[in-house]
Amino acid sequence: MTQRKEEQNDAARNPFRTPRPPRKKDEPDWAEGLRQLYNSVAEEPLPDSFDDLLKKLDKDGGE
Amino acid sequence: MAGNRELTGSDQTEIFKTALLEVLPQLRAFARGLCGRRDYADDLVQEAMVKAWSSRNSFTPGTSMKSWTFTILRNHYISDLRRNRHYSALDPQVAESMLIIPAEQEARVHLSDLDAALQKLSPERREAVVLVGAGGFSYEEAAQICKCPIGTIRSRVARARADLAQLLEPDVQGPSAD
Repeated sequence: MTQRKEEQNDAARNPFRTPRPPRKKDEPDWAEGLRQLYNSVAEEPLPDSFDDLLKKLDKDGGE
Repeated sequence: MAGNRELTGSDQTEIFKTALLEVLPQLRAFARGLCGRRDYADDLVQEAMVKAWSSRNSFTPGTSMKSWTFTILRNHYISDLRRNRHYSALDPQVAESMLIIPAEQEARVHLSDLDAALQKLSPERREAVVLVGAGGFSYEEAAQICKCPIGTIRSRVARARADLAQLLEPDVQGPSAD
């Protein structure tokens, strides 16, 4: 009920706005976006420079 | 017979190396969230790797490699911020004053807008919301990484969420709402 009221207020403030897709309870649009931003980097292939550094550290003993 | 043998130093190094390698993608994501720049983020990760490697004897096996390396990277980032004076003091009042550059009204949240909005938050709020909202850390784990009380993390996350909402959905939560 509160949710519907918010949507009505939203529409009243900006009648040209496209309706939003349903969201998870209490979760704004950007919350999923934040996870996507993070995951998009985490899922990138690891640049070779990282593997090279690790090999170098291992070889040098790295103290 | 072989099962009970003590791990040799070289076994431990190998285990450490594997665990470090596994956490690197997430470490890169965290660094990118913190600073918003690919080249700088990757430099931070590499510096954290060097530090982690040289401190590997202080890592307690069985504890979270992710939390441990995130803490190292975060400390490095904070000292960089202080040194470079991009952000001269981690003072709550300064954090307040640099907050919120009004965003243009947008009907939809685009990832590039979100990325830009994230970089407008104070560093403390940004790291808190990245750790909890994207990195999958609990408030307690995030508090350990940021070396502050759990209540402080809760409050930073809540404020970061409110800031992002205002930056990205100003017509929903902006001053015009009555």
